[in-house]
Amino acid sequence: MAVRAAHELGDGEVVFVGIGLPNLACNLARATHAPNLVLIYESGAVGAVPDRLPVSIGDPALVTGSLAVATMADVFQFYLQGGRIQVGFLGGAQVDRYGNINSTVIGPYEKPKVRLPGSGGACEIAIHAKRVIVVAPLTPRTFPASVDFITSPGHNGKYGTRSSMHLPGAGPVRVVTDVGVLEPASRDGELELVAIYPGVDPEETKKKAGWPLRVAPNLTVLPPPTQKELHLLRDVLDPKHLYIEKRDA
Amino acid sequence: MTDAGNKIMSMRDAVARFVADGDCVVIEGFTHLICFAAAHEIIRQRRRDLTLCRLTPDLIYDQLIAAGCAKKLVFSWAGNPGVGSLHALRRAVEKQHPQALELEEYSHFGLVARLSAGAAKLPFWPLRDYQGSDLPAVNDKIRSVTCPYTSEVIATVPALNPDVTIVHAQRADRGGNTQIWGLYGVQKEAAFAARRVIVVVEEIVDEKIVRGDPNRTLIPGIIVDAVVCEPWGAHPSYAQGYYDRDNEFYVDWEDISRDEAALAGWLDDFVHGVADRAGYMKKLGDDRRKRLSAKPLISPGVNYGF
Repeated sequence: MAVRAAHELGDGEVVFVGIGLPNLACNLARATHAPNLVLIYESGAVGAVPDRLPVSIGDPALVTGSLAVATMADVFQFYLQGGRIQVGFLGGAQVDRYGNINSTVIGPYEKPKVRLPGSGGACEIAIHAKRVIVVAPLTPRTFPASVDFITSPGHNGKYGTRSSMHLPGAGPVRVVTDVGVLEPASRDGELELVAIYPGVDPEETKKKAGWPLRVAPNLTVLPPPTQKELHLLRDVLDPKHLYIEKRDA
Repeated sequence: MTDAGNKIMSMRDAVARFVADGDCVVIEGFTHLICFAAAHEIIRQRRRDLTLCRLTPDLIYDQLIAAGCAKKLVFSWAGNPGVGSLHALRRAVEKQHPQALELEEYSHFGLVARLSAGAAKLPFWPLRDYQGSDLPAVNDKIRSVTCPYTSEVIATVPALNPDVTIVHAQRADRGGNTQIWGLYGVQKEAAFAARRVIVVVEEIVDEKIVRGDPNRTLIPGIIVDAVVCEPWGAHPSYAQGYYDRDNEFYVDWEDISRDEAALAGWLDDFVHGVADRAGYMKKLGDDRRKRLSAKPLISPGVNYGF
């Protein structure tokens, strides 16, 4: 997942980075095909070049050697709302068929079965980033037909579509999972399987979503990670394996 | 400066004087400069019915909630960063234990905007946010306004003006002119929004030091009521250039906070069992202090001449 997510990033792009796997993916991209990636963290570090894997989104290593440190008011108003962020990364406990994301509660809001952390910056990232990449393992639990709570808007839902709501960004245009990649269909915004990793059975994959998952007619098979990428992830970027297990690479 | 401008006092006196039962309290700092020393003194003085506001409640509010100080939490991301859940918070929400906790929830941008409005003394702040999200459906303070120039409908959040804001910083002079470097978070907005401001610093410096580098002053003394000097007052959070984040403690908190008895025992040892921050650091031990101390990486100065 980390390698695939890294491939989604172009050199020179401005990325709003979350902690965990997205952070790893961004630093992998920076170490390989995208040395000029500009990493912006919601904590205010702009152009961060962390020389250790940040455990938190506000790690001091994000500041040391960065291009600028912004107040959070500036980060959200000028950088994000101001349209300066090209790519945002999001994860979540639930992602529905239209890419709506729940990171707030499982069960009813007033009496939750599980109280999750909540939005953080996710809601505004989903609205404003020019495009959003979602990273989550494909299981029926993580990908139900509809989410218990919409923290961050996807392509379609009870409040309308992105264009009817005048959302400035394109939303979750790629969903990187542990078996392949989903993309919203242009006609209705429903996520469908567009690419798989080598050795993955598309028929099996269809059972892993909480709705009848469509497979794109031009389904592609993605190249496996290179030795260099695996070495960077396992031995350099995340040597303690805080965020990757071998299967995740 | 005359001595009338001297705002230095002990943490005990600052909390006794400026934090009252029932207050709306903001202790800010985004990962960086979270003033645990102030929270521990609030717990020791057994403040009750506080409305606690912070973007990330973090371990600091988990501890205040566990100690029974809070009646309400205003927040935007409630987890243990990089680790998991805040278990005292979850016990309060899911099981009303040790008492029920009212929640008022925003996104980061929403809460930053509330403090920006509070700092500017405006009644609300407009932001392009929340379209397509369920957050406004569960928080009726998230509303909207029609722009008088473009007719665009735009989300609004009300001003947040805490009774007291407590910020941690690297250094200040006796008058409270406060200098911060590294991540700023919402320290400035939170301080300007508050009725009373307590600044807690790693070092008190001479006013000449502040005047020698005025661009680094984030919070001016004119809005500060008390200056408290508490070295290591942000541990297990960090202070850039002084000490690193104690990530190990954040991981350990998972086990401590999951077990109610273990958490009560921790509060007895590290909060009630010590008189002040110096006592806490002594208990924490020299090894940890050595391990976390920052290595020097000095920035070259700039020319302020004319």
